[in-house]
Amino acid sequence: MNIERTTISGARGLDRDEPLSFEQDAPGRTGVDLPAAPDAPDRLGGLRRQGGIGLPGLAEPQVVRHFVRLSRMNYAIDYGLYPLGSCTMKHNPRLNERLARLPGIGDVHPMQPQSTTQGVLRLMSELAHWLTELTGMATVAMTPGAGAQGEMCGMMAIRAAHEARGEPRKRVLVPESAHGTNPATAAICGYEVDSIPATADGRVDMAAFEAKLGPDVAGLMLTNPNTCGLFERDIIRIAELIHGVGGYFYCDGANFNAIVGKVRPGDLGIDAMHINLHKTFSTPHGGGGPGSGPVVFSEALAPYAPLPKVVQRDGRYELIEQEDGPRVGRMKGFHGQFGMFVRALAYMQSHGRDGLKQVAEDAVLNANYVMEKLKDLLPPAYPGPCMHEVLVSDRGLDGTGVETMDLAKALIDEGYHPMTVYFPLIVHGAMLIEPTETETRETLDSFIRVMRGLVEQARAGDEAAYFKAAPVMTPRRRLDETLAARKPVLRWVPEAPVAEAAE
Amino acid sequence: MRYLPQTPDDRAAMLSAIGVGSIDELFRDVPAAVLNAPIDSLPDHQGEMAVERHFQGFARENLSPASAPCFIGAGAYHHHVPATVDHLIQRSEFLTSYTPYQPEISQGTLQYLFEFQTQVALLTGMDVANASMYDGATATSEAVLMAHRITKRKKSLISGRLHPHYRETTETLLRFTPYDLEIRDPVIGGQGGLAEAIDKDTACVVVQNPDVFGEFKDLTGLAEACHAQGALLIVAVTEVVSLGLVTPPGAMGADIVTAEGQSLGVPLSFGGPHVGLFACRQKYVRQMPGRLAGETLDADGKRGYVLTLNAREQHIRREKATSNICTNAGLCALAFCIHVTLLGEAGMTGLAEVNHRTASLLAERLTALPEVKLLTERFFNEFALDIGRPAAPVVEALAALGILGGVPASRLFPGEPSLDNVLILAATETVSEADIDRLVGALQEISA
Amino acid sequence: MSDRKYTKDHEWIDVSGGEATIGISDYAQDQLGDVVYVDLPDVGQQVEKGAEAAVIESVKAASEVYAPATGEVTARNDALDDNPALVNESAEGDGWFYRMKLSNMSDLDGLMDAEAYAAYLEALD
Repeated sequence: MNIERTTISGARGLDRDEPLSFEQDAPGRTGVDLPAAPDAPDRLGGLRRQGGIGLPGLAEPQVVRHFVRLSRMNYAIDYGLYPLGSCTMKHNPRLNERLARLPGIGDVHPMQPQSTTQGVLRLMSELAHWLTELTGMATVAMTPGAGAQGEMCGMMAIRAAHEARGEPRKRVLVPESAHGTNPATAAICGYEVDSIPATADGRVDMAAFEAKLGPDVAGLMLTNPNTCGLFERDIIRIAELIHGVGGYFYCDGANFNAIVGKVRPGDLGIDAMHINLHKTFSTPHGGGGPGSGPVVFSEALAPYAPLPKVVQRDGRYELIEQEDGPRVGRMKGFHGQFGMFVRALAYMQSHGRDGLKQVAEDAVLNANYVMEKLKDLLPPAYPGPCMHEVLVSDRGLDGTGVETMDLAKALIDEGYHPMTVYFPLIVHGAMLIEPTETETRETLDSFIRVMRGLVEQARAGDEAAYFKAAPVMTPRRRLDETLAARKPVLRWVPEAPVAEAAE
Repeated sequence: MRYLPQTPDDRAAMLSAIGVGSIDELFRDVPAAVLNAPIDSLPDHQGEMAVERHFQGFARENLSPASAPCFIGAGAYHHHVPATVDHLIQRSEFLTSYTPYQPEISQGTLQYLFEFQTQVALLTGMDVANASMYDGATATSEAVLMAHRITKRKKSLISGRLHPHYRETTETLLRFTPYDLEIRDPVIGGQGGLAEAIDKDTACVVVQNPDVFGEFKDLTGLAEACHAQGALLIVAVTEVVSLGLVTPPGAMGADIVTAEGQSLGVPLSFGGPHVGLFACRQKYVRQMPGRLAGETLDADGKRGYVLTLNAREQHIRREKATSNICTNAGLCALAFCIHVTLLGEAGMTGLAEVNHRTASLLAERLTALPEVKLLTERFFNEFALDIGRPAAPVVEALAALGILGGVPASRLFPGEPSLDNVLILAATETVSEADIDRLVGALQEISA
Repeated sequence: MSDRKYTKDHEWIDVSGGEATIGISDYAQDQLGDVVYVDLPDVGQQVEKGAEAAVIESVKAASEVYAPATGEVTARNDALDDNPALVNESAEGDGWFYRMKLSNMSDLDGLMDAEAYAAYLEALD
């Protein structure tokens, strides 16, 4: 029996559309009960807002339903595998959420006298210790708001160091496989970006790299493990060469999850590296932030690390907010993404040094397992072993008419968040799969079975129309991005009132 | 290890499937000399209870604004956050999702970002807003960079009464660009001669309203002076609750408005993560930094939302992007959005009124004390006092009495001895009349 | 008769008197896909041969459009602001980008005519 039904409400069981909050306005409704305003004079001197703001009125139960219904239209790690390469979507422990909300931690004001904030300063100091020990670096700047700002912090320190020596340099070398934030960051620091090609095995082309070195090279920005999910075998030689011309080595730490507890970046000759706490140390991604991007520095760059920083003096913790010297200036308001520090430190202490090493090993094991089980159908872009993520091209789909995007969209119908697609740009139809260490073997086997099944269906050719239309079982089908960009509608506006017939 | 599901049997079976004998064979590209360096100084893994105890130790060493009368503002404000907000943002589907790159399974995030953008545009009185920035300070720095892009001019004028963290963050971002910042001194009262200093090289003028001393100003004349010279007016708002009550920057002629949204829905959390708001005039939308959610249709013609105008961003434009920033403050933007939705029109204006009248009462009570002078004529919920003696030791003495009694201006402006006697105080809806009595009593006790 | 010339970067230029009209070729619009926005130079702006004069955006890409010659911009195609799809519909007609007064006619030396450009495209595939 095959019964199809269009419901009267338009809902499909648990799935339903939700209008905008602005479309649920009933003037007079509110979701809060406020204390009475004290009897005291108006001090605004006539500068009150004229007319209303235009916010809708909803009562608390409506607000709860509104956001719960919206939440049901989202995929999440708590729901299933989220193999988004280079994003490290791993389990987010709820202990960390609880600790970030403890009274005396979550509610401390950043401008309280320091005598009343010794605990949070000690917490920052302890996190700094973990970060410098795990990376083998001299110091850490805690304040950058996320990875991209961490990159900027590191590159500014490099520029400040060159300028302090009276030799500002012009050029920064960046592999062509780099994440887009790398060249964007180099540009904001006033550098020219010089692209280094990759070899056939997905690594820095050493001959091309050496040929580009010179006295005008300020530094190198390199992700390691790189954006192809591979460890740069020549990394120590790379560091020696860049140092040899007086340049500095910036490492994009986005992929630190692959080596945490196993390899200390300081042992590789790195001068600065940001750490995405929201990746390696599992602070929740929250729909796109907040992140946190502390930067660790070598001895050579330590004098340029921005403030504020926590120091210990006479058994007391002190937050240094101002100091003369060549440091990079303040990166953001107050003292960094403190709430993320709490979560990251809780995560580190839960794992310990033994558990963190196991994190890297299991992340790498899981990625290699996926690579092995897919390689006959979806050959890896470069020979393995890979690190924490596996990169495949769309060669396995050649001649099927099904493209990387279609495969990704079909995965959605199968109940998975797709892998990262079309990144890095140097691999045609790239698919970057990062399972992370928090997935079971059973979950990986299910994912592998689905991936294999979809590729086989694509090759069989009888489902081409489906792949082009997928997904078909989601709250929305493919969305028209051209329409959105040509005629941007970026906010709700009330419908114009119907004109009254004039007499 | 509770977060790592692979058993020794799993690992052995998987290694065997891959065809290697040990895990370190998978790390064979790592130079052997640096693999598995021991990290002796760190402890091994711990259970949930042990970790929780450790953190309770940190918590006990701080004075929580929840247990002390709190009059501290200066860019972050202690407000009540409704229980609903924190419950909803911890829904798995919000907390543990990522940037909505796959819109078909991210409509929840995309729709709330669209609602958030609308709320920010309405509150600031602007045409459009983005999906948030790291915080108010970084939003302001990005606004200055945007003004230089739009006007192709060389110089920006920065008010001396802009929060020093905002000023310093802007200086950092522009340090290695060809643009110059002209920064005014932090003088209390007057416009500081900004309007007169604008010329044909001026890309923008940046002012905070209410300013760092709490003074709220009519910026209409300054906006006209900017526009007469083809410069942009950037207005920064550090206390977003003020926008429930005051004439918004958009109505005074601002071209870009940046704000710190922490006051609505986001805990203080020792200064971050907070949420930067960024709004501008429609004609500048393609020069905006940051993510934008936009409305469109799906393949069935149903309304839906996507991230749009992506060609501005670093993953496409690389070194020519409008900003190097990738993430926004998604979950904090959601908290803001839920809190504003709970408040609605009546709640937003009502909350602002309570803040204003509470601060007004506080000012009235404190200025009755001998030697205390109010330095801020027109204010919302924060003002500056000259207390006739250095403010920093007074704040320490108040802390010893369990009162968080404001911010000494010397902490914000350490190089300005003329401000040593200035104390900046804020009062939100969390301040009761009993709290004010305690502060007044303590100040009398300290000066006795 | 049009004496339209093409560059290797797929711009076209029509000269009539001292003024030239510039746009992108039909081949270029096809490669870009749906055009969503064109950032045009302002009237009065100086553009330099080989330097960026405009930016064209599709959903997934942004490309610089280089000036095929040096001169001063005399007009911009305002219709593209509201309807960037014109570039896809009529790249070499209504979808023109801007007009300019040429500083040196010799800038046009070495550009391809329609026939040479067709051969150039042939060789690209």
